[in-house]
Amino acid sequence: METLLEAFLNAIKLLWEMDPELRQIVLLTLRVTGTALLLATLLGLPLGVLLALRQRLPARGCLLPLVYTGMGLPPVVAGLFVYLLLSNQGPLGDLRWLFTPKAMIAAQTVIALPLVIGLTIAAVQSVDPVIHRQVKALGATRWQLAWTILLEARIGVLAAIVAAFGRIIAEVGAVMLVGGNIQTQTRVLTTAIVLETRKGNFALALALGFILMGLAFLLNFTLYHLERRGARQ
Amino acid sequence: MTADLLYRLTAVTQVYDGQGVLSVPELVVRRGEILAVIGPSGAGKSTLLRLLNFLEMPTAGQLTFDGQPIVAEPPLAVRRRVTTVFQTPALLSRSVAANIVYGLKLRGERLGAAVLREWLTRLGLKGLEKRHPGQLSAGEAQRVALARALVIGPEALLLDEPTANLDPYNVGLIETIVHEENERQGMTVVLVTHNIFQARRLAHRTALLLNGRLVEIGATEQIFERPQQRETAAFLRGELVY
Repeated sequence: METLLEAFLNAIKLLWEMDPELRQIVLLTLRVTGTALLLATLLGLPLGVLLALRQRLPARGCLLPLVYTGMGLPPVVAGLFVYLLLSNQGPLGDLRWLFTPKAMIAAQTVIALPLVIGLTIAAVQSVDPVIHRQVKALGATRWQLAWTILLEARIGVLAAIVAAFGRIIAEVGAVMLVGGNIQTQTRVLTTAIVLETRKGNFALALALGFILMGLAFLLNFTLYHLERRGARQ
Repeated sequence: MTADLLYRLTAVTQVYDGQGVLSVPELVVRRGEILAVIGPSGAGKSTLLRLLNFLEMPTAGQLTFDGQPIVAEPPLAVRRRVTTVFQTPALLSRSVAANIVYGLKLRGERLGAAVLREWLTRLGLKGLEKRHPGQLSAGEAQRVALARALVIGPEALLLDEPTANLDPYNVGLIETIVHEENERQGMTVVLVTHNIFQARRLAHRTALLLNGRLVEIGATEQIFERPQQRETAAFLRGELVY
């Protein structure tokens, strides 16, 4: 209990003082996770809509199980795949991304992508089929139909993005593997927590944990209010 | 092909999973008429409307629209000449005004504020333009759906049980608007209903579908007063067991 209280006060103090190293860790966390989330969203939303709307798409029967499997993929396994791809002997070794934030972004994108696709499929498929028919009957093109249905499913789609954010910001195994937890280079909140815990610096580790939870809370708070607004409509 | 025919169906059948749901040897829809399609639930009425709105292609037979055979999904310009109002209003989760202008927006067109106000007034929706679907009664929602279809000025308006489950006020208002649009704009209307009184009030011609089969079609007065088929007479007397 004493440790928890101390950690909480420590977190406030750290944030108040805005320690340069902490600021760097928080900013890198947000940059890596934010970029990975953006990439996963840009790729995942169109793919999710396509898979949801085109029932007769060739290979749909293979792609869907693959996506659903990816949703449960252990992050450390995803990290291992990315590590092997980016290592010197790997097919993408020439990029020299290993142990850089780029590798961390790649790993987090791989983890987030199936989640965004899968939950977008579920959100789009939950839109009443009568809406699909009605939009088509009003003269929508395929693109207009897809865009309208995506807007109708926006609360579910938003939940997909937030779920993906929650998964990758809290992820430690993959970023540790491909980033290496290098101070001022690839150290993010989760890897810093692991390091501080190993050093026995529990108060600081918990303080970093509180900051991580604070970020997650901020995002969920926003989603909750967006959902409420959507429900009222 | 005579110019006053908008649709012609010849030997059209529709089959789902090996099960025949519609069989129409011959059916024409004349330009500017109100054609009512009556029949019990499961008669194939809604399937017929989906074919007329090109949402499905027939399994066999020929469908022509304005003299052009429709063999696959027609070009956008043709599709946009027809629209449907379904039994459920299927409003988008946006304001009443945004729903009404949606079809025009798809076409890259805009609706002037004065014209929008006029439609809102005609359909008894004045003051509701900023509301969202969840804040509307069933009747209001269906009137929004009707306004959304009418503002695009379709050549053919397909109505799929548009007043089912509505109170007499809303039924009357919707019927009046449909009648006015048909009279003023010469808009062709195909009205699917199991309400035979509505068919009698609105339609120039009436067709009866039973078990996916076109039993009879003729002038509404003739169908109701002098039906040629025994099944039609029985259906109108409410004696058909289905």
